[in-house]
Amino acid sequence: MLKQISALAAFGLAFLSSSLASADDVKIGNLTISAPYVRAMVPGAPVGGGYMTITNTGDIDDRLVAASSPRAATVQIHEMKMDKDVMIMRELAGGLPIPAGQTVEFKPGGYHLMFMKVAEPFLQGQTVKATLKFEKAGSVDVDFPVGSIAANRETSHVK
Amino acid sequence: MSNRLRFVAAAVAVTLAAGAGVIGYATFLGVPEVQATGGPGTAFTLTDDRGEPITENALSGHPSLVYFGYTHCPDVCPTTLYDMAGWFKTLGPQADGLKAYFFTVDPERDTPEIMHSYTGNFTDRITGITGDPTEMQKAIKGWRIYAKKVPSPDGGYTMDHTASVLLVDAGGKLRGTIAYQENNDVALQKIRNLLQQD
Repeated sequence: MLKQISALAAFGLAFLSSSLASADDVKIGNLTISAPYVRAMVPGAPVGGGYMTITNTGDIDDRLVAASSPRAATVQIHEMKMDKDVMIMRELAGGLPIPAGQTVEFKPGGYHLMFMKVAEPFLQGQTVKATLKFEKAGSVDVDFPVGSIAANRETSHVK
Repeated sequence: MSNRLRFVAAAVAVTLAAGAGVIGYATFLGVPEVQATGGPGTAFTLTDDRGEPITENALSGHPSLVYFGYTHCPDVCPTTLYDMAGWFKTLGPQADGLKAYFFTVDPERDTPEIMHSYTGNFTDRITGITGDPTEMQKAIKGWRIYAKKVPSPDGGYTMDHTASVLLVDAGGKLRGTIAYQENNDVALQKIRNLLQQD
């Protein structure tokens, strides 16, 4: 009975999210990737940050295990956090869990995709292609529009 | 080991750990609100983003914004330099006497050329500073900045570092800090206060 309810809930959630999906959303299996973007890079900066929201509408945990892009030699999955006034950044070598029924947000000041050894800086208005590889759902191509240098600054800003 | 000896050993261990903790904490805290040990007293000879020598003297005679970061930094550093550029723009002529310095905590990778093109994209008001890693350590230690190289699994590394902007007065003394993601109005007020002190 409980199983049926949760299945129903999952279906409902999946239905809801698909009906809300905007043109930018990318779906693979039970995962929805929405609002992807990268920040424009300043010449001289060899790295760029990529952000998005991943929702797992299924009932099985998944995990983002790798990412790649023709624009970067490597793409890493990073966690950034503040410890008092110190910025700490770590590569999540084992990838990032996307638990069943949950939404994981990649945003400035938190999780991000780190595009490394980028030969041509991302310019505002361009689109950067990347492939995300999930443990269960498999691989999916996502287009990341390039925003401003400080795109979505305000969303992470304590007003 | 007798119980008594075990107790003594434990007590010694706890005392040592506590001592190390205090020292570690003090080091880690980075910049206390008003701490005047940095500045001209901390001598360094480094290179600015035009390849010219620069010393601690650059930080006296006018108020300064001082920030330590690095260019392999996708988030905090560009955001902070972007904010700095915004503060200069907002303050306009009020900030004519204000200077800004971006010290790299990663001088091994950040050459003067890289620092120049990096800072130049935000504003021409920020001077990039790099140079000999040993000299940079003097500046880092002098300003009580926390900077630590952390190896990544791919063989590269990232830097953990203090993300606050230091507000330095014309005498080269630290007057306060602007935290990462500080409210913009508060940040501007702190800079105005700094400018009025001089």
